[in-house]
Amino acid sequence: MSEELQGEGGPTVRIVGGTVVDPVAKREFRGDVLIENGAIARVAPAGEIAPIVGVTTIDATGLIVMPGAVDMHVHLREPGFEYKETIESGTRAAVAGGVTSVACMANTRPVNDCPAVTRFILERAQAAAAARVHPIGAVSVGLEGKNLAEFAGMRQEGIVAVSDDGMPVADAELMRRALECAKLFDIPVIDHAEDPSLAAGGCMHEGAISLRLGLRGIPAEAEEVMVARDIALAQLTGGHLHIAHISAAGSVRRVRNARAAGIRVTAEVSPHHLWLTHEAVIAYNTHAKMAPPLRTEEDRQVLLEGLVDGTIDAIASDHAPHHRDEKDVEFDTAQNGVVGLETLVPLTLRLVHDGILDLPTAIAKITSEPAAILRLPVGRLDVGAPADLALVDPDREWVVEPASLKTKSKNTPFEGNRLRGRAVLTLVAGRVVYDERPSAAAATRQSA
Amino acid sequence: MLFQRPHLLGLEGLTADELTFLLDTAESFKEVSEREIKKVPALRGRTVVNLFFEPSTRTRISFEIAAKRLSADTVSLSTQASSASKGETLADTARNLAAMRPDAIVVRHPSSGAPDLLARHVDCPIINAGDGAHEHPTQALLDLLTIREHKGRIEGLTVAIVGDLLHSRVGRSNLHGLRTMGARVRFVGPPTLVSPHFAELGAELVHDLHEGVRDADVIMMLRIQRERMTGRYFSSLNEYSRLYCLSADAVAKAKEDVIILHPGPMNRGVEISSTVADGPYSVIMDQVTNGVAVRMATLFVLVGRRRSGKDKDEASDAEESGAMEQPEAVLLRRAATGE
Repeated sequence: MSEELQGEGGPTVRIVGGTVVDPVAKREFRGDVLIENGAIARVAPAGEIAPIVGVTTIDATGLIVMPGAVDMHVHLREPGFEYKETIESGTRAAVAGGVTSVACMANTRPVNDCPAVTRFILERAQAAAAARVHPIGAVSVGLEGKNLAEFAGMRQEGIVAVSDDGMPVADAELMRRALECAKLFDIPVIDHAEDPSLAAGGCMHEGAISLRLGLRGIPAEAEEVMVARDIALAQLTGGHLHIAHISAAGSVRRVRNARAAGIRVTAEVSPHHLWLTHEAVIAYNTHAKMAPPLRTEEDRQVLLEGLVDGTIDAIASDHAPHHRDEKDVEFDTAQNGVVGLETLVPLTLRLVHDGILDLPTAIAKITSEPAAILRLPVGRLDVGAPADLALVDPDREWVVEPASLKTKSKNTPFEGNRLRGRAVLTLVAGRVVYDERPSAAAATRQSA
Repeated sequence: MLFQRPHLLGLEGLTADELTFLLDTAESFKEVSEREIKKVPALRGRTVVNLFFEPSTRTRISFEIAAKRLSADTVSLSTQASSASKGETLADTARNLAAMRPDAIVVRHPSSGAPDLLARHVDCPIINAGDGAHEHPTQALLDLLTIREHKGRIEGLTVAIVGDLLHSRVGRSNLHGLRTMGARVRFVGPPTLVSPHFAELGAELVHDLHEGVRDADVIMMLRIQRERMTGRYFSSLNEYSRLYCLSADAVAKAKEDVIILHPGPMNRGVEISSTVADGPYSVIMDQVTNGVAVRMATLFVLVGRRRSGKDKDEASDAEESGAMEQPEAVLLRRAATGE
């Protein structure tokens, strides 16, 4: 990791008057935070951290002060697809959305299946100096589903998980071996659970709407059968299985039962699966096309239940930028995926606004929980933890306009939606990496 | 005019009044094809582009004849002739065509929703001539017209549609049209080709052919794609015909005055026996004749009401005051009578 992001010698900053959200202690209170040397030095009730001569004070009145979000499922596209996104543009989009750590998927070109690619990604991230980047290595060489990638070398360079995301591991034996080897390095295997034979040729959820539109469907069971298979393999191996972008009610029930049986399985859900259904596809909207597909209202309700009862640990954007030319085409030939880094925080806060989760629990789903799955020291407010913070205006309303997003691609299914909540100041290792407070200069004052 | 939509992308969502208006208009155009000089000047000076990204003989020819009988100029592009093979996107093809100011684009495309995509990129009427497994509205209109001619009504009839419903745009368009007009629709075929979700769209699902056609007023056979019937959906054509080939035995289960439709081209001995196809109940040739009339009506309704920018300005006052009905009615009568 870059020394700059490590924050040695970072500024001393005092953040006062905000609503501090501690996702680990599940507490929210009016409080102050002191940052020294890039780390959290003190968290205290409001007014307890006195002004210090020469130290920057940030007035967080009316704002949430939370650990920066950890988006554990992001496609940064570099190397190989820089026309969609670069590590620079993607991490700039991240911090603009209050996301301070991203885990990036391996389906680049070349694939991140060897240490050299992992190192390249980390070097580019260091140069970009925005959000922290945690590469995810491939499960198989070239994502081909045949031979295991170089887990050891990639781990030494810094991968935090392995996944063939986008190319589900069809071969059960390969998945078994991946779980066994990942255990050696104490990293999870992130599972894009979608049986390729059941999903073949499909481009949306199979149901009444796919029939109406004449689009080939992907049954929910395409996900559930692979979730079931891989839970059995997690039990066999003792490895840590993490289900990516869980979308189907049946999958949630299987994960719930597996956890009750003590099997090491965790799960994440994307905001689009939480808030949209297959009805968004009507009129052949390619911005509603992704893998796994948007499903039914019943599935959506079960996903919400899964978040509430803890079956689903984390919310991750599955940020998947695509060029306009890859979306403005016939629905069946359009690329899968949507951008999501800049809408992750407001779409998570919607759970609070709608009374589904309390604030600390909702914030935990995008901070401490994903950090724990990836064994990262971020996403928490403990003294000594890296001072990665997001200051969020929870009530600020804004309309999603693709043109004003920082990401290089504009494929959001939430275009035109009015969202509530927005990051206004983001710090990584105590340094301001994003600031869009109305009068940034006026709000920051030197204490006398 | 009762049909104010800019395009004909499908029958889903059309009202019974709109469907009836299209059928009535088609009926008034049938007479043109009976004349010695089979041409009326209704669309003189208008250009209709036929854009076929999928092989088609009868639909393409039917649209061409329809346009020519209305005196429109027609240009037909097939996949080989267009830029599609050179890697141009459909959106770009659409923009290029739009720049040539056509008055309508008739499109057949293997991707469901391609006509919707075109409609987003051009401002002339788009007529869907079949998109993937989505809709084939003019085919269903000609089926509705044929049924109405023979039965005098559509409401209250029982229509059995037999075959590969899963991949059939004809089946879907007919389902929407027939249901809107008040008919009962049964989808008949093996479970691999008749998804249970069709029930949510208003179809009754039957897997046994003889049960499916029992007491039916209308039997509509769908074409079976040979390549789909080898392995996954059914083990072989032979196996399929064993259960679903419409034989005289099966027809005997239907009402005595049943009529039998087929969108063509037929696979004799696969989905329909020759005895039935050539028998007294078959109205297949009427369908073909009605196809031209329905397409003339569609083109006339969508294109005939469009004016050039200048005319539009002049006509706008009349339009706003709701005085459209009369000139359109006159135009329609003139077109039909060839005045």
